[in-house]
Amino acid sequence: MISILIFIVLTVIGFGFFGWNVSKVRANILLGRDLDRTDRKAERWKVMTLVALGQKKMFARPIPAILHLMLYAAFVITQIELIEIIVDGVTGNHRTFFAALGGFYTFMLSFIEILSILAFIATFMFLARRNLLKVPRLVKSELNGWPKLDANLILIAEITLICFIFMMNGADEVLYNQGQSHLAGEGSLGLAMSSWIGPMLFGNMSLDTLHIIERIGWWGHILMVFGFLNFLPYSKHFHILLAFPNTWYSNLNPKGQFNNIDSVTAEIKLMMDPNADPYAAPATDEVPQRFGAKDVTDLTWKSLLDAYTCTECGRCTDVCPANTTGKLLSPRKIMMDTRDRLVEYADGKRKNGKDYDDGKSLNGDYVTAEEIWACTSCNACVDACPVNIDPLTIIVDLRRFLVMEESKMPSELAGMNTNIENNGAPWQFSPADRLNWKDE
Amino acid sequence: MAEMVAQGEMPDILFWVGCAGSFDDRAKKITKAIVKILNKCDVKFAVLGTEESCTGDPAKRAGNEFVYQMQAIANIEVLNAYEIKKIVTACPHCFNIIKNEYPGLGGNYEVVHHSQYIQSLINDGKLTLQDGGVYKGRKITFHDPCYLGRGNDVYDAPRELIERLDAELVEMKRCKSKGLCCGAGGAQMFKEAEKGDKEINDERTEDVVETKAEIVATGCPFCMTMMTDGVKTANKEGAIEVLDVAELIANAADL
Ligand code: SF4
Ligand code: SF4
Repeated sequence: MISILIFIVLTVIGFGFFGWNVSKVRANILLGRDLDRTDRKAERWKVMTLVALGQKKMFARPIPAILHLMLYAAFVITQIELIEIIVDGVTGNHRTFFAALGGFYTFMLSFIEILSILAFIATFMFLARRNLLKVPRLVKSELNGWPKLDANLILIAEITLICFIFMMNGADEVLYNQGQSHLAGEGSLGLAMSSWIGPMLFGNMSLDTLHIIERIGWWGHILMVFGFLNFLPYSKHFHILLAFPNTWYSNLNPKGQFNNIDSVTAEIKLMMDPNADPYAAPATDEVPQRFGAKDVTDLTWKSLLDAYTCTECGRCTDVCPANTTGKLLSPRKIMMDTRDRLVEYADGKRKNGKDYDDGKSLNGDYVTAEEIWACTSCNACVDACPVNIDPLTIIVDLRRFLVMEESKMPSELAGMNTNIENNGAPWQFSPADRLNWKDE
Repeated sequence: MAEMVAQGEMPDILFWVGCAGSFDDRAKKITKAIVKILNKCDVKFAVLGTEESCTGDPAKRAGNEFVYQMQAIANIEVLNAYEIKKIVTACPHCFNIIKNEYPGLGGNYEVVHHSQYIQSLINDGKLTLQDGGVYKGRKITFHDPCYLGRGNDVYDAPRELIERLDAELVEMKRCKSKGLCCGAGGAQMFKEAEKGDKEINDERTEDVVETKAEIVATGCPFCMTMMTDGVKTANKEGAIEVLDVAELIANAADL
């Protein structure tokens, strides 16, 4: 009875705290500017199914794709076992589904166990790729500190979780063999892995020890799950959930297309309209939006969702022509900076009130001009991202602020703009010479 | 264009030459190759000539939305006044911006890149290449311009043109959607690169050298500049030629 109570309290806290964190993240994302991404719904479902559910873009790199698939499949399928744990926890039963499902139960749990073993292997390989093989994109400087720890912690947590599963099932298998399980009956549970791992590891133990091991496995499993769940909103592992909305809201236009800033159009039309009254009051008394992005709230909510979804995998940085030739720019760092700054900004406001200004901004304090100007707008990062994140839009918005609000840009570009304005070409040629090629 | 209108005629297509195609000595050769092909196929086309102005692409990619929209709105006024329906561009940047970004400002046209247009001329039987042209059996690789490939998913048209030459098309290790930028996009063409350990075009030239191709083909005047410089820096000027797909076709058709 006591354990049921403890279980229920833990469950409420576990889900409650998670819900609270998710609502905070949602509020943070909605600090971004408006953008309509609800058109072409059928296409959106398709993109989400292929890219998030089907992990289509992962397969550009087969080795990590297969390892990742092992983890992903095990993760998804283990949720079935988790449901049973929750039902057992609340009802005080033991393996509620066993009697109801019969042979299918054995099949399902065996399937989970096999995937768990694959995931176990994959996790070790992932740890090795990060810490021993030092795959270049996984050891770049922007990962130093917390991001590196974050990645390793999650991998270690996964290993621990899998160990708990086998403690629980393995010990129960041995107990059931002896007719001592809380499950009525005797024989073998027939679990593909535990029916030999169990006797091998725990075969000679006393009944008391076996019961303790089984309980440690059971409680350990559920506690790890709640821990994991509540770790997500602080971690790059949030992508396991956010990949779905993020791909649904993907940009469906050609990648080369940048948005036109409407307020600029309005201003130019006004300038060119001979009948316009230059002193007329603006139509609305809203504060005019600044051009481009100084801070995170000047970005669209999609860019902010992108930032929370980033897995920090570095596929973008690995293909970035600027980064691969030694420039400071790293599209992954752009995404990480955006998220870090958003959290800092929003927490600051929550703590110190709406008018609080910490005097910092994404543009400048996090992302430097040197990074911003190194981008060739080639879209390689956008193409490479397995969860359809778009670092380029952020870079362009940062540029727009520097140019249009601060007039800060490399001097050659200032000259180029003047040439375009005066000569209608980025170079200093006379427009009258445009057709000279015809007779040359 | 103005002349044509004065004679009461309307062109089937408007050929948008672009700033590079108008002023850059190397790119002018591409312009001429395209014109030769259009003439050969008796395409009724016009150019805006001195009425053409920069599309605003480099300004926009450099973050200057004002200069871009000023240019765009002025260009759209000219194009709409002439009631232009179909535009062929010689540059992926012009192609992308007119096709994708002008509609939002009131400029709606059918826009194709010259590689697509030449392909359609060949498919319609208007242009035939004698097999055994000058490029028969030669090793050619294609460098995807970002704003043609990743930007607008046009990968096949230029490759089909190369295949028409009876040449051997070899791909670089980074090609199509994984193609590496030449380093000119995003207004980089007009400025020095940031501090790094290498120039992007040199990195890309290494990909070309690796294929052992004799010719690197492209479809963008800026890629042309970058790749030509890259080949020069690598001291491969004698061994590797940089040509636009339009030039390849014009040469093969003996125009
Ligand atoms: S678009 Fe910019 S940031 Fe993205 S890969 Fe290309 S150069 Fe790098
Ligand atoms: S933006 Fe995409 S590709 Fe880049 S690190 Fe994040 S998840 Fe990986």
